[in-house]
Order: sequence, then C-alpha cells, then structure tokens
Amino acid sequence: MTPWLRRQRALADYTLASLARRKGKNIALVAVYAIVVFVLASAMFFAASLRFETSAVLRDAPEVTVQKITMGRQDLIEGSVAEEIGKIRGVTSAKPRLWGYYYDRIVGANYTVMVPDDPEMIPEPGSVIVGEGIPRARGFKWSGAPLFLSRYEGDLKRFDVARAFESDSALMTSDLMLMNEADFRDFFEIPAGLYTDVVATVRNPNEVATIVEKGSNALPQMRFVTRSDIERTYQKLFDWREGLLAALAAAGILAFVIFAAEKASGLSAEEMREIGILKAVGWDTRDVIAMKLWEGGLVSLGAFLLGTVTAFAHVFFFGAPLFAPILKGWAVIYPDFALAPHVDGLELLTLALLTIVPYIAATLVPIWRVASGDPDAVMR
Amino acid sequence: MIFQTPIMALLLVAGLASLTALWSGGFAVQVLRRWNLADMSRAQLQRERATELVSTLFAAVMLAELAALLLFVFNADRMASLFVGAMCAVGTLNVNGYGFPALYLKIGVFFAATLWLMLDRADRMGRDYPLTKVKYGVMLAIVPLVLADAGTELAYFLNMHTDVITSCCSKLFTPANAGLANEMASIGPGMSLWLLGFAGLAVAVSGAVVLWSGRGALAYAFLSALMFALALTAVVSVIAPYIYEYPNHHCPFCILKPEYNYYGYALYIPLFLGTGLGVGAGMLSLFRNRESLADKLPAMIRRQVIWSMAGFAGFGLATLYAIASSNLIIFG
Repeated sequence: MTPWLRRQRALADYTLASLARRKGKNIALVAVYAIVVFVLASAMFFAASLRFETSAVLRDAPEVTVQKITMGRQDLIEGSVAEEIGKIRGVTSAKPRLWGYYYDRIVGANYTVMVPDDPEMIPEPGSVIVGEGIPRARGFKWSGAPLFLSRYEGDLKRFDVARAFESDSALMTSDLMLMNEADFRDFFEIPAGLYTDVVATVRNPNEVATIVEKGSNALPQMRFVTRSDIERTYQKLFDWREGLLAALAAAGILAFVIFAAEKASGLSAEEMREIGILKAVGWDTRDVIAMKLWEGGLVSLGAFLLGTVTAFAHVFFFGAPLFAPILKGWAVIYPDFALAPHVDGLELLTLALLTIVPYIAATLVPIWRVASGDPDAVMR
Repeated sequence: MIFQTPIMALLLVAGLASLTALWSGGFAVQVLRRWNLADMSRAQLQRERATELVSTLFAAVMLAELAALLLFVFNADRMASLFVGAMCAVGTLNVNGYGFPALYLKIGVFFAATLWLMLDRADRMGRDYPLTKVKYGVMLAIVPLVLADAGTELAYFLNMHTDVITSCCSKLFTPANAGLANEMASIGPGMSLWLLGFAGLAVAVSGAVVLWSGRGALAYAFLSALMFALALTAVVSVIAPYIYEYPNHHCPFCILKPEYNYYGYALYIPLFLGTGLGVGAGMLSLFRNRESLADKLPAMIRRQVIWSMAGFAGFGLATLYAIASSNLIIFG
C-alpha cells in the first residue's frame, strides 16, 4: 500500500470513530440531508420513468397523423384523403380513423371512444369493449352489467360490455371504449365518408420529413403531425415539470445549505477541544482539513445512498404518492399503473451535483477557519 | 430551456466555480504583490493560512468541473431528441453558436485546473513554498477561463430554442464539407492509424527515457500533446467507424451513447488523464532546479509519467479492442 493510501485509510478510520462518538448530532444531519436528496431524487426518477414510458408507448404509434383544419380548428376529414396520402411513395399504409371523446355526466369523466382497426377487437353491434377504468368509475358490482350512456338530458343508450382490457396496458386503455363503426356514427351522428383523422405509416423513418413536405404540398389545408413531434412535446412537458419541482426544491436545498454551514462553523466546545488536541499532538492544518473533508464525504455518501434508495422505493414500489399529481397530471379516471424502474447515470450524476456540491461548498470555508486556528486559541 | 434539472446542476457548478475563481483571483493579486516568507507580520501569516483554503477550494472546484464536463456531454446527448435534426450531442451543441465554444472552454478549464493542482502539490512539497508566486500567477490566467466558461454556458442554455433545426453529426463529420472536423474525417484510416501508432511508440520511448535517466520530461509533455491531437483524429477517422461498424459514420460523440455501450468513455477518460499527467510532468520539470524541491520533484515527475503512460496504454488497448471486436473490415 502506498503511503498516500495508508494516510487516507487512517484518516477514514479516525473520522468514522469520531462520527460515531457524536451519533445523535450526525444522524440528525444525515437525516435532513437525506430528505433533501429524497425529494429531488423522487421528482427526477418519476419524470424520467414517465419519459421512458411515453417513448415506449409511442414506439408503435403511426409515423404521421393528418388532420383537417377549418377556421383554425380541427374538423372531420374526408376518407379520400387517405387514398391520396397512400399514393405518396414511401408510405406503407394510410387509414382514416374514427375516434372522439365522450363526457360521462354521471361520473363526470371523459372517455375516449374509438373504432378499432384490428378486426378482432371490433365488438358486436350494441356492445362495447372498455378499459379497466370505466367499470371502476361506474362502480360496476358484477361482470356483465350493461353500460348506459346519456348524451343529453333525457337520452339513454344501452351497450353491453363485451369485455374489459387487462390493467397491464392501463396507461393507454384505462378510459378507452371500443365500438363498431355503425354504432359510432349513430352515437355521435357522424355522416358516412367523414372521419376524425388519417394516420399513415412510413417504411423508413428517415423519409418522414420528405413525405410530410410532399403531403402538405398536395393537401395544403391539412395539418401533418409526426410521431417525433408528439414525442418531443411530451419530453418537454415532463422535463419542464421535473425542472419546476427541482427549482422548488432549490429553496429546500438553500435552507439545508444554511443549516450545514451554520453547523460546520458553530462547533461544540468538545469538537473544538478535539481539534486543538490533534493540532497539539502534531497534526497540521492540512491533516485537519483532510479529516473534515472525509467527514463531509462520509456524511454525503450516507445521505446520498439513503435518499436515493428511499426515493427509488417511493417512486417504483409505492407509485410516488407525494408527487404524482404534479408530475403526471390528473383526471377523474386515472389509470392505475406501475412505473418501470428506469435510472441512468445522467440522473445520478445530476443528483449528486445538485446536492453534494452545495453541501461541500457550504462547509469548506467553516472547516478551513476551524482547522487553521492556533491550537491554544481553538481549545480556549 | 433553463428548467431542466441537468442544466440547473451545470449552472450551479459554473456559478460556484466563478465565485471561487473571483475570490481566489483577488487573493492571487495580493499574494503576487505582498508574499514574503521572511516577513513575520500578522498579514503574511493570514496569507499563508489562506493558501490552504485556496488549494482546498480549487481542488473541490476541479472535481466538480470534471463531473460537470461529463454531465455536459452526457446531457447534450440526451437532449438531442428535443431538437429537430439532432441525433446526438453534436446536434444539441450546434443549436446555437455557444455550444461548441462552451465545450472547448470546459475542456480547457479541466486541463488548466489539472495543471494548477500539480503545481500546488509540488509547491507544498517544498518547505519554503518555492512555487507560490508562479502558482498564483498561473491562477490569474485561469480565472478568466473559468468566468468565460460560465458565461458561455449560460448564453448557450439561455439561447436554446427547440424550434431551431440543427445539423446532425453525419453532416458535420464528412470529408465532403470544409472545416477542421472534415479534415479529421478525411485523413485516410490507414494513415491515421500509422500516425497514432508512431506517436504511441514515441511516447513509450520518451517515457522510458524519462524513467531511466530522469531527463526529457519536456519532450514527453510535447509528445503527449501530439498524441492527444493524433488520437482525437484517429477516433474521428478510423476508430469511431469501427465501433459503429459503418465506414461512413465518423461522429466522435455518438460513441458515448448507450447503443454503443458507452464505449467512448473507455477511450476518452484514459486519453484525457494520460495527456493531463504527461503535460503536467513536462511543466513540473521546469522547476526541477529549485533547491527545496530537488529531492522530491523527480519522484513526482516519474510517478506522473508512469500514470500518464498507463493512461495512453489504456487508450491503446481500448482502440485495439474496438478494432478487433468489430465486424467491420476496412483493410484487406
């Protein structure tokens, strides 16, 4: 072992023993520190895993969505547009879609109503397939209970529930209701030949920009939304929410920094005497600074580990009950979903910089002031 | 775009580093004007004590800056999905005119701080602090660098607009365009590997000379810097294509992505360490004749040369492994 390593080991050994001698005070410090780390880490882990979840969900989404814009508002689109889009070279398929929202006045929730593309998912006339959130919101006591929907005062329409989705796809299907095309047009009074929008899939993602350009030249009144636009918007939204929470946490960090600085400069008489004795037996200023840095390092490490691990459990095992309303948004039927654990080096590094750097910065000057005093002055 | 957690972390580090630099700069002026070890006054004693604080602060800043450099590149890479046209860090750094200057300044601060810490260490080894004035003179040169870094970084993040269409790395690193990046990409792969091999050999020989005779550290420093430039060229012209297994992709940033197992870090970290330690050894050899350092400095130079050679060897091994394990065949 080199002399340098031996010196560090001795310092660490001494520091650990000295930390253990003042257990109560140090545990309090670590606890406060860990809470700061915990708050920040929870916000970051949660936002990151939402970002991850969205991009996983969008991976199967169609590359391009075409909407008709009339007077600046989205309007119903003619089915013939799909054929025209389909003719552009590079587009594998273009299909019109029928979907919309239905406001359920009984429970005050919005459902997404859709005509499925997959023939296996098309329900029989008069029946619907629903996401797990709808029976939950309606408080259905037994399976097979019929669903009554009311579009306006005095109107009532009965649907049978063919089946409900499993909750493993809850983020996407919780408020979803599938109908067949005839029922849909009848329910929403949509004339034949008109659709909500048109989706197109593209074989080579690098060609999306060119296809959008060609499409908007041929159909100037349409709006083209690409999958990467949607993904970018979600990313920005979650980034922004995470940033907002982190900025709020800054107040907490500042308070903690003041607490740490105060604690490092106002040493107890006993600690003062300890440093005085160390200097009297031959430690020089540099050794005392190194010892104090070890102390700060060990406290930081402990608090960082404690804070990160509890934040991990809070977010991924318990679903982040403290922050979820801010970060994921809210709705009457909110899906019950478990977040996929997703933590990367970038987050941990950011977290370390945001918490450890302020702590070290706050304690360095007080440490030096104590360490550079004369032994007798320190002890007195 | 300032409401991003990594950006806030980077700005926090830059802000604290600037504060430290400003205060240390003020102290450095005082030292340069009044430092006198023979003086027994209270003011001199306080100055001597304050040097301990400056050294500790600077070491902390340098550690934080190292982490910030990694975070800066890592974050630029991750933010690429927010910009139209960007596919890796290059696109993000190209979003406005401040991106690449900010990166270069960060690298500059890293190397400058490394050299300063070596001077500091050497200075504290001698009983009469023989390098104090040199050390604080150098610090006055580092202070503007740290401030410029913080300023450019702030300008970069404040001017980041996601509606800008940036260019992707495959546009920047192609032999068809004009500019340094393309000069690097257009050097033949064989040529750049030979150059790298020769530079590696020269570094090894000169390192051996330093270890054996204790002389020639300055030559070693010069060769380290040369090796650094040639290694970066080789990464762009030949090593990166091997990692991508695609002969026309030359980007030196995409190799940092998770898709390529973060292989870039295995290349860059040893390379930067080797270069910093090697150049530092040359710098220290300038002060070998100071009386109070005569018995300790040669040992420190030797150690630095050994570690620097280890760094370059690590880079060489990573290069060889990248080439050997790749399915791409450029030669033959």
